Amino acid sequence: MKVIHKLGMLALLLTASAMALASGAEVHLDKAPIDLKNTASLQRGAKLFTSRCLACHSASYMRYNRLRDIGMSEDQIKKDLELPEDVKLGSTMQAAMDANSAKLAFGEAPPDLSVIARSRSADWLYTYMRTFYADPGRASGWNNLVFPSVGMPFVLADLQGKQVLRIENKKGHEVKKLVLESPGTMCTAGSSLCVAGYDAAIADLTNYLVFMSDPSKMVRYDLGYIVLGFLFVLFALLYALKKR
Amino acid sequence: MMNLLKNLIGWIDARFPLISTWKAHVSEYYAPKNFNFWYFFGSLALMVLVIQIASGIFLTMNYKPDALFAFASVEYIMRDVQWGWLLRYIHSTGASMFFVVIYLHMFRGLMYGSYRKPRELLWIIGMIIYLALMGEAFMGYLLPWGQMSFWGAQVIVNLFSSVPFIGHDLAILIRGDFVVSDTTLNRFFALHVIAIPLILVLIVVAHLVALHEVGSNNPDGIEIKKHKDANGKPLDGIPFHPYYTVKDGVGAVGFLIIFCAIVFFAPDMGGYFLEYNNFVPANPMKTPEHIAPVWYFTPYYAILRAVPPLFGSQFPGVVAMGVATVIFFFLPWLDRGKVKSIRYRGPIYKTFLALFVVSFVGLGWLGLMPATPTYTLISRILAVVYFAFFLLMPWYTRIDTCKPEPDRVTSK
Repeated sequence: MKVIHKLGMLALLLTASAMALASGAEVHLDKAPIDLKNTASLQRGAKLFTSRCLACHSASYMRYNRLRDIGMSEDQIKKDLELPEDVKLGSTMQAAMDANSAKLAFGEAPPDLSVIARSRSADWLYTYMRTFYADPGRASGWNNLVFPSVGMPFVLADLQGKQVLRIENKKGHEVKKLVLESPGTMCTAGSSLCVAGYDAAIADLTNYLVFMSDPSKMVRYDLGYIVLGFLFVLFALLYALKKR
Repeated sequence: MMNLLKNLIGWIDARFPLISTWKAHVSEYYAPKNFNFWYFFGSLALMVLVIQIASGIFLTMNYKPDALFAFASVEYIMRDVQWGWLLRYIHSTGASMFFVVIYLHMFRGLMYGSYRKPRELLWIIGMIIYLALMGEAFMGYLLPWGQMSFWGAQVIVNLFSSVPFIGHDLAILIRGDFVVSDTTLNRFFALHVIAIPLILVLIVVAHLVALHEVGSNNPDGIEIKKHKDANGKPLDGIPFHPYYTVKDGVGAVGFLIIFCAIVFFAPDMGGYFLEYNNFVPANPMKTPEHIAPVWYFTPYYAILRAVPPLFGSQFPGVVAMGVATVIFFFLPWLDRGKVKSIRYRGPIYKTFLALFVVSFVGLGWLGLMPATPTYTLISRILAVVYFAFFLLMPWYTRIDTCKPEPDRVTSK
C-alpha cells in the first residue's frame, strides 16, 4: 500500500493535480533504524511509550506481560514502567485519559496504537515524531511536516525542544526546513538533528511500536529459517526420488 | 499384520468401490508423459484449497463475526491464540497464492488449448470454480473489518446498485442493510465459511471427474488416446501414480518453499497481500482517500473504471467488468484454430496472446493506481486489447498459419 501510495502520489503530482497537497506526500521520510534484536532499545522504547503515549493513546490489543518477549521480567515490567497497583500484568494497555474527554480536548479521539506501525510505516512514525514545529496559527500551538494540521499537541517538546519552520527559496523551489529554536533536555547542541539524544530515543520508540504491531516477528524469522531448511531437504529428497 | 490389512481392504471393497476408484483416478489414470512446468498448477490449486480450508477452520474457532469485535478478534488471534499468527498468515497468504496458482493454471489452458473439444465442459466447470473463488475471496476480505475491508465491500456492492430498475433493491438484498454493516459482516461470514466452500469442493470434484473422463491435454495439444497398445492403454500415457504423484510432490514442496518464505518473512508482501490501510479499524464515517481492491481483482476494477459513465450511470462499466470475467466461458467456441497448442500455432495467435497478457497485467497494475486522465486513457486502450483477444479470436485463429502437429507427443 505504501509503495502504491507513493507511486500514486507521484502520478498525481505529474498530472499537476491539486490533491497531492492534501496528504503532504512531498515530505521526505527518514529511514527508521529498526532492529528487533536490540532488546535494550526495545525496552527503552517501551518505557517511553508507557510513560508518554499511554496518557492519551491506548494499545488495547497489547498486554503488559507480552513485554517478556523483549526480555523484561515481570518485576521489571511492574517497576520500570511504574504500573499502578491495580493494573494486572495480563491486562491490555489502556489510555489514562478516557476517549470522550480526549475527543473533546483534541477534536478527534487519539487512535489506538497497537498496530499503528502497520498502517503507518516505521519510517513515517520516525519522521512524524521528529518534525513537530511551533505554529501559533494552530489551537494546540503545534503543527507537523508529515501530518499537516495534526490534532495532537507535541507532548515530547520538553525532550526535543521547540522547532520552527523556515521556508527557503532555492532556485524557485520552496524548501521547508525545521530549525531548532530552543533545545530540550535531550538536545544539547544547537543542531536540529540531536542524533544521539532525541533522535535515538525516537528510534527506540519506533522500534518498540514495530514490535508491538506484530509480536510474532520476534519468533517468526528464526522459525522461518528452520521451516525453509526442512523444506529444502525435503525438496532435494523428492527430486532425487523423481529422477529415479 | 499385512494379512489383516488385506482382509480389511477386502471387506471394504466388497461394500465400497475402493480399489476401482483408486485405479480409475490414480494408479491407472493415464496422463500424457510430456507434462511440463505448467502442469503443476492444477495439483497446487487443490493443495491450496486444502490449506485454506484447514487454516480457515482453526481461524473460525477464534474469530468473531461482529462489527464490534471482528477487528479485535483478528488481533486476538495474532497475539493471544497459540500459533494464531501462523494460521492467520497462512490463510491470508493462501488467499493471494490461490489466485497466483489459478491464473497460471488458466494461462496454461490458454497456451495449450486445453479448453478445446472434448474439454469444453471441463473448462466451463473450471470457470465456475474461478467465479466461486472470486466470491469467496471478496467475502473473506470483509471479515478482518479494517478500512479496506469495509470500503472495498462498499464500493463493490454499490456496483450492483447501478443495475437499472432493480439495482437499489439488489444492493440492499446483498448487504441486508442500507450500508455495509454488522448484518453484512454476518452474512458474508456465513457465505465465506459454509456456503461457498461447500460449492467449491463439490465443483472441484466435478472438475476432476470431468478431467478423468476426457483425459488430460498436454503441451503438444494432441490426443494421446489415438494411439493405444494391445491392452487399450495410451502409448504416450503413464499411470498418474507413481510418476506424477512424485513429480507433483516435487512441485508441491517447491511451491511450499515460496509460500513459507512469504508467510514467515513477508506476509504483507509490501501491502499487496495485506493492505496497510486494513490495519485501521473500519470507520463508516471516514472514507480513505484511495480505495484499491486486492491485487487479484484489479484487472477487472481497471476495466470498470475505464468505461465512461452513460447518463451518469456506472452501469456500462459494471457490464464491461462482468463480461470481462464471463467471456472466458466462450473460449471453446471462439477459437477456430486447426491446432490447440501454442507450439504449432502461427505468429498471429502468439501476438494476440502476448498482447492479452500485457493487457491483463497492465490493467492489474492500473487498477491499483488512482484514476488519473493518463491512466484512464491507458486503461481504455488495454481494455480494448483485452476484449479484442476474445472477440477477434474467431477471425484471427482461422486465418493464422500453423505448423503440422506431430503424431505422437514430444518432450522438450
